[in-house]
Amino acid sequence: MATMTVNGRELEVDEEGYLIDLSQWDKEVGEELAKSENVEMTESHWEVIDFLREYYDEYQIAPAVRVLTKAIGKKLGKEKGNSKYLYELFPYGPAKQACKIAGLPKPTGCI
Amino acid sequence: MSESKKFLYVNRKAPYGTVYALESLEVVLIGAAFEQDVQLLFVDDGVFQIVKGQDTKGIEMKNFSPTYSALGDYEVTKMYVSKESLEERGLTVDDLMPLTYEDEDDDWAEKDSIILVNKDEIAALMEEQDVVLSF
Repeated sequence: MATMTVNGRELEVDEEGYLIDLSQWDKEVGEELAKSENVEMTESHWEVIDFLREYYDEYQIAPAVRVLTKAIGKKLGKEKGNSKYLYELFPYGPAKQACKIAGLPKPTGCI
Repeated sequence: MSESKKFLYVNRKAPYGTVYALESLEVVLIGAAFEQDVQLLFVDDGVFQIVKGQDTKGIEMKNFSPTYSALGDYEVTKMYVSKESLEERGLTVDDLMPLTYEDEDDDWAEKDSIILVNKDEIAALMEEQDVVLSF
């Protein structure tokens, strides 16, 4: 099993670098995961990450991109609920990259 | 280019103890992510999959029942439930989770996804599908 180290803590990750135990996640872990994706975190990034974690908490799944886009638009405003905005934040795919940084499993149906 | 097909996922087994219910749910999410016309049918012990207040602590399995509430976001808006199967198990629609969706064409009004059907209606429902998958 692969691991990542955050402040001396050893955390298990899968072969693609997704955190195994999402309860181990905190903002520091998120920062470290973001580094591995070459994403520089800003307030706008965290807004999406927080949203994803809340969504997972409620529904026990990471949403597909289409669902994420719609839900973000509803919650954070129309100007943010489009794939252009989300891809600017997470160039390699909002669902895939943002879910990884949020410590969630890879979304179902994400290839 | 390709038109979306009508998929009916038939869920017949209790949620835990076998992997059928969870596998079905995963396939439903994948199908819906690819914008197919996805509908669910719960019959036999399958009706237990959407019973509310599920607690899996004792069996140390993930309680995936909250995920059914997300299906509305995936535009899965029709969840058929067998009337007979509910009755045989002493259940009513009030024992089920309130599953809803927001109707885009009706100012995002919240509407019920659960539709009770009898045997004859199930037969007719299956008749109109392109694909029927049984779990």
